[in-house]
Amino acid sequence: MTTQPTPEMRAVYAQTLLDLAQQDERILLLEADLMRATGTRPFLEALPSRTYNVGVAEANLVGLAAGLSATGKIPFANTFACFAARRAYDQFFISANYARLNVKLVGTDPGVTAAYNGGTHMTFEDLGLMRNIPGLVVLEPCDPVSLAELIRQTAYHAGCTYMRLHRGVAPAIHASQGHLLLGKGVMLRDGEDLTLIAAGVVMVNEALAAADLLANDGHSAAVIDMHTIKPIDIELVLESATRTGALVTCENHQVINGLGSAVAEVLAERRPTLLRRVGVQDEFGEVGPLDYLKERFGLTAENIRQQALDLLQAKSGR
Amino acid sequence: MEEHEKRFLAAKAKKVRQLTIDSIGRLGVGHVGGSMSIAEVLTLLYYRHMNVDPQDPRRRDRDQLVLSKGHAGPSLYAVLADKGYFPMDWLHTLNRGGTRLPSHCDRNLTPGVDMTTGSLGQGLSAAVGIALGNRLDNIESTVYCIIGDGESNEGQVWEAAQAASQYCLGNLIAFTDYNKMQIDGYMCDVMNIEDLTAKWVAFGWFALRVNGHDLEEMDRAIERAKAQKHRPSMIVLDTIKGKGIYFAEGKLASHNMPVAYADALEAIDRLEKEG
Ligand SMILES: Cc1ncc(C[n+]2csc(CCOP(=O)(O)OP(=O)(O)O)c2C)c(N)n1
Ligand SMILES: [Mg+2]
Repeated sequence: MTTQPTPEMRAVYAQTLLDLAQQDERILLLEADLMRATGTRPFLEALPSRTYNVGVAEANLVGLAAGLSATGKIPFANTFACFAARRAYDQFFISANYARLNVKLVGTDPGVTAAYNGGTHMTFEDLGLMRNIPGLVVLEPCDPVSLAELIRQTAYHAGCTYMRLHRGVAPAIHASQGHLLLGKGVMLRDGEDLTLIAAGVVMVNEALAAADLLANDGHSAAVIDMHTIKPIDIELVLESATRTGALVTCENHQVINGLGSAVAEVLAERRPTLLRRVGVQDEFGEVGPLDYLKERFGLTAENIRQQALDLLQAKSGR
Repeated sequence: MEEHEKRFLAAKAKKVRQLTIDSIGRLGVGHVGGSMSIAEVLTLLYYRHMNVDPQDPRRRDRDQLVLSKGHAGPSLYAVLADKGYFPMDWLHTLNRGGTRLPSHCDRNLTPGVDMTTGSLGQGLSAAVGIALGNRLDNIESTVYCIIGDGESNEGQVWEAAQAASQYCLGNLIAFTDYNKMQIDGYMCDVMNIEDLTAKWVAFGWFALRVNGHDLEEMDRAIERAKAQKHRPSMIVLDTIKGKGIYFAEGKLASHNMPVAYADALEAIDRLEKEG
């Protein structure tokens, strides 16, 4: 067995962006006094003239990025997910998206990973807000391998994107990058009894662990990395519904208007199928260590397992 | 200020620093820098100027503080615990699961905290609203607000500034913790805000700039601000980030730093020996 190296996701982000920028001078980095957290100092050091740190001013961050993109630049704008989504929403909506410009917005520390920063910083609604912007691509990579590839595709997608970025270390899950495409989910593990659809570092790992638990219970669960939340991979959702007849979505986000809602919309209109949504149940965040918060909001393999068992019972009763 | 009063307040400021670094040290990480730079202003407000009652934290006619730079919660908690708003041992629960003392101030969790903050730039607007509401109710109290210098990059700070001036809020006294540092560097290198005092004057405020670690100088400034009946006041405090903590003072890295408990104890000891 080989042990995979486990780099911090932010280090992968910074390095990939720098590699891209060194080959394409349109790519710029914009920060709002959180460079220490987003980890992009290597970019600043290598390309100081293509880095703008606007200070603690997120509305200005996004507005500036919109203007830069109007001149043909490809700006990547970073801040915590809570400020990217809530604080600069109107700027992102109007100046970037409605104006049909090209801003790559990145929100770090999504959901419970805000941990010690507490409730003010804990965003369980960014996917929902972003999903409501017409035509926007919304994604949340789950490991360093897919992150690097999806950043490249994001950079060259024609139009705005919003990416949730996990700050800390994350194990490699994808074996290679060849099969990764924006808008296309990836079957990480095949299974027959039900399908777990997850996004992001926290929940894809919990879903894989839940599949192991379920295997011990005698159930075979497929696991999908749905790295692109919008546009959602309709074919893969329908195919999984047909094949396994039961789905559980897993998100580090409100169940309202996030990944679970996106899947539910597809199913309800095209192929009604048994579904459970694991995620935050209409609550605000709170402060604490990550493990406490995962338990507190039910973002654990054990809770996924319980929901899955419940669902399988409903399925067998049909 | 009488000599004994000065000694009393200086001792309180020291105690605030000691309790703050103890609570952060027990957890192992925290916003040391910005908590330490406001130890004197918090001390002056809560032990000399503010009309508050720890037994009745929501008394309608109390003076209020909006700690807009909400990440400095730990030093406010030290003051509130020492004043008797809640038991001292709550300080040991900072940021633990289920705590009532979260890293950023929360008016629903912590007795004595008047406003929920943590998303920078929002506190001064809330303070303007509280001051307006008090005036509507004919309540003669003062609303205080502390903002950060990095926080002053936020446009909303200046939206609040123009509103407070428009509404002639003589019952509002704000402070800027001018420690010259934001997270990514010195203010002058990241996003400069000079000439800060002139900006507040231009917005129609009574504005002064004083040494934010000199209790007497600050006290005189607060008295002058209280005398302003028809305009808001901004007291710009020249401060040092991490002040008083040997491993944090004057350091950019002090913003949110790991703290070994042994180092916290050493810092407490050194503060004690320095008098
Ligand atoms: C709207 C918003 N943006 C970003 C942050 C993250 N943040 C917390 S403290 C800080 C720097 C603030 O600098 P300053 O106001 O000077 O604080 P101090 O030096 O007093 O600690 C930043 C960017 C935040 N809390 N809120
Ligand atoms: Mg500062």
